[in-house]
Amino acid sequence: MTAIVNEHIQPALPPPPVRRRWNGTRTTGWIALAVMIGLLGGLSLYLILAWDSELVAKYAPKYWKGLQITLGLVATSLVFGAAMSLPVAMARLSPSRTVGALAYAYVYLFRGTPLLAQVFLVYYGAGEFRPELQSVGLWAFFRDPWNCAVFAFALNTAAYQAEILRGAIQSVAKGQWEAAEALGLTRLQAFRKIILPQALIVALRPYGNEIILMLKGSAIVAIITVLDLMGETRRAYSRSFDFQTYLWAAVVYLLMVETIRNIWERLEKRLTRHLRRDG
Amino acid sequence: MDEMLALLSLGDTGWGDEIASGVGVTISLALATLPLGLLIGFFVALAKQSEEQTLRLAGNIYTTVFRGLPELLTLFLVYFGAQIGIRQLLLAMGSETTIEINSFLAGMVALGLVFSSFSSEVFLSAFRAIPRGQYEGGYAIGLSRFQTMRLIILPQLIRIALPGLSNLWMILLKDTALVSVIGLSDIIRQTGIAARVTKEAFLFFGVACLLYLALAILSSIAIGAINHWAAKGDAPR
Amino acid sequence: MRFLKQLTLTAAALATAAALSSAQADGMKLKIGTEGAYPPFNNLTADGKLEGFDIDIAKALCAEMKAECTFVTQDWDGIIPALQAGKYDAIIASMSITDERKKKVDFTEKYYNTPPAIAVPKDSALKGTSPADLADAAIGVQGSTTHSNYTEATYTDSTVRGYPTADEYKLDIASGRLDAVVDDVTVLQEWLESEDGDCCKLLGTIVPDPAIHGEGAGIAIRKGETELAQKFNAAIEAIRANGVYKSINDKYFTFDAYGG
Repeated sequence: MTAIVNEHIQPALPPPPVRRRWNGTRTTGWIALAVMIGLLGGLSLYLILAWDSELVAKYAPKYWKGLQITLGLVATSLVFGAAMSLPVAMARLSPSRTVGALAYAYVYLFRGTPLLAQVFLVYYGAGEFRPELQSVGLWAFFRDPWNCAVFAFALNTAAYQAEILRGAIQSVAKGQWEAAEALGLTRLQAFRKIILPQALIVALRPYGNEIILMLKGSAIVAIITVLDLMGETRRAYSRSFDFQTYLWAAVVYLLMVETIRNIWERLEKRLTRHLRRDG
Repeated sequence: MDEMLALLSLGDTGWGDEIASGVGVTISLALATLPLGLLIGFFVALAKQSEEQTLRLAGNIYTTVFRGLPELLTLFLVYFGAQIGIRQLLLAMGSETTIEINSFLAGMVALGLVFSSFSSEVFLSAFRAIPRGQYEGGYAIGLSRFQTMRLIILPQLIRIALPGLSNLWMILLKDTALVSVIGLSDIIRQTGIAARVTKEAFLFFGVACLLYLALAILSSIAIGAINHWAAKGDAPR
Repeated sequence: MRFLKQLTLTAAALATAAALSSAQADGMKLKIGTEGAYPPFNNLTADGKLEGFDIDIAKALCAEMKAECTFVTQDWDGIIPALQAGKYDAIIASMSITDERKKKVDFTEKYYNTPPAIAVPKDSALKGTSPADLADAAIGVQGSTTHSNYTEATYTDSTVRGYPTADEYKLDIASGRLDAVVDDVTVLQEWLESEDGDCCKLLGTIVPDPAIHGEGAGIAIRKGETELAQKFNAAIEAIRANGVYKSINDKYFTFDAYGG
């Protein structure tokens, strides 16, 4: 049977290969790529050639310590921020206008001003109000620069996370609430079991971005004497005056951000398996 | 209260004029960075949606690097690195000339690199939202590639990209604060000096926050106007 | 109006930002880099003029060398990189001559040498300046200085915090965030005698460690420019001999800052 078919119906020839011509775009492409590779390769080559085992032995442990401070700071701020973002998001969705306006003011204030200004406000502002803070027993907390940083970062990320959460909750179709109500679930039950799981999937990508933003933003704590990765880098540079100290920090930050992005992409793929039609 | 007003007044005793000059620096830096960031971002987006693999790869490397680095680190890399790099290059060419990179220029370049890596993504998704037929239509009526881009694609592209770009502008405005660290006398640095001298840290950093808020509000008004203007071209539905 | 003027000025500054500038080291024109935040050695007055011991010495040296000098201020963190990049030709900013720095720049002979000291809040219970006395204390220093290097190496049981300028640690010791600060004795004394230094008192001086503190403050120049270094050295010797140094010294200090 197949023999007959093959005999009578000629198999279609594959399309002729597209001749890729050497045109302007292609030249630009190669030049652009060459420049990129030249720059990155040059920097890598510089890092290899300038490899100074004395320098590395002296500063690598310090970078490691700084990295741990950075990660601890970011993780703590994100967790506290997440906890605080829930009531703020609820307030933003509240039917009461005053509550909604207050929450909006909070969000606008923290999203509309630079994180650096917020950190300075908390750190040096707290120093100014020492007697008042002492009388309520809070000075011990604000005395430490690390605590001040976490305090400012958590307030900041709470505002961003609240907006992520609010957007996600609003993106869940109204029919979902109605269906839950029809099933006899209370509003809290409906929120917890029906709405939140769906909202979190929508929020997943912006949450990932927020983690990366926080990680990058945390570099400013070096200015209020916290020795995070950036702080250790600046210290190493100011003692060695060797530019590779900054390049190494860049490598570490890039690796961290790319790792988070990859983990997040996988997480997203896994959590949205049920929404895909092709698999 | 009177005391606070005196501290914020203009003239020799108050800090009002110093802070106002800081506001000027912040605005100038943001405005100077914007065209640079938009231009580079546009070309990187062109590269990333090109049919040429090498161009796409180059565009993606660029975005990955400048999106992944902390803005503060990018700033230091440009400020210290470019200075050393350029001098080495000039010395290698046998020139004793020095090119000075001041903190304004370093801030502009660093923030421009960051801005362009994000804006290229905005442009890219806007490019993808424009159907191929629009290009084909352009070619069909005899327009050149450049004319098609300028007359047909770009006006639509700008309209689609506007919300994303306004968002980036707001981020840029806040990111300029980092340049105070390399010595540019912007809002943060000027209020910081005032705070140290007068010991009124809360007042002055509070003022700094309010100034950024005011700039953000002004920006949203301006963006609203631009949006309105851009939407005029929309066909009535 | 002023605001608008500033805007146009900044725009103009931008236009010339990458302007070429020629670094000449022929003794005719010199650009001197300094920090401008380290009284009484170098600081900015309220109307933005540089003053202090370093500045007066620099002017005297330039007059001695018959050089036309202009001053450039630069944050401490970037003061050596900016020298290497050619932003100026010499650093006269109370920079201690240390082995670490000698790897990157050349130094002249010292032009002064004063010991470091510790200041504490007035109500402080701290008695001595030894590492044991200051165990568990939070000590503030200006980052990237010999004082920060020394404090980190010596006071290992204390928390050492590095600040971008001296102004910030002053703010933090006044608020009680720091238990002590370490800096040059003359710098601390100047501050303690001012209204600002009302919070604090001098605890005592520290015997300098030559390995860390070096042999005093010198003028830093780019590597290999020995001719310029020799000119500076000759000028330092000359103003020491002709009494100019002494008259500047007496304007600021009650003792000879040149040291033994």
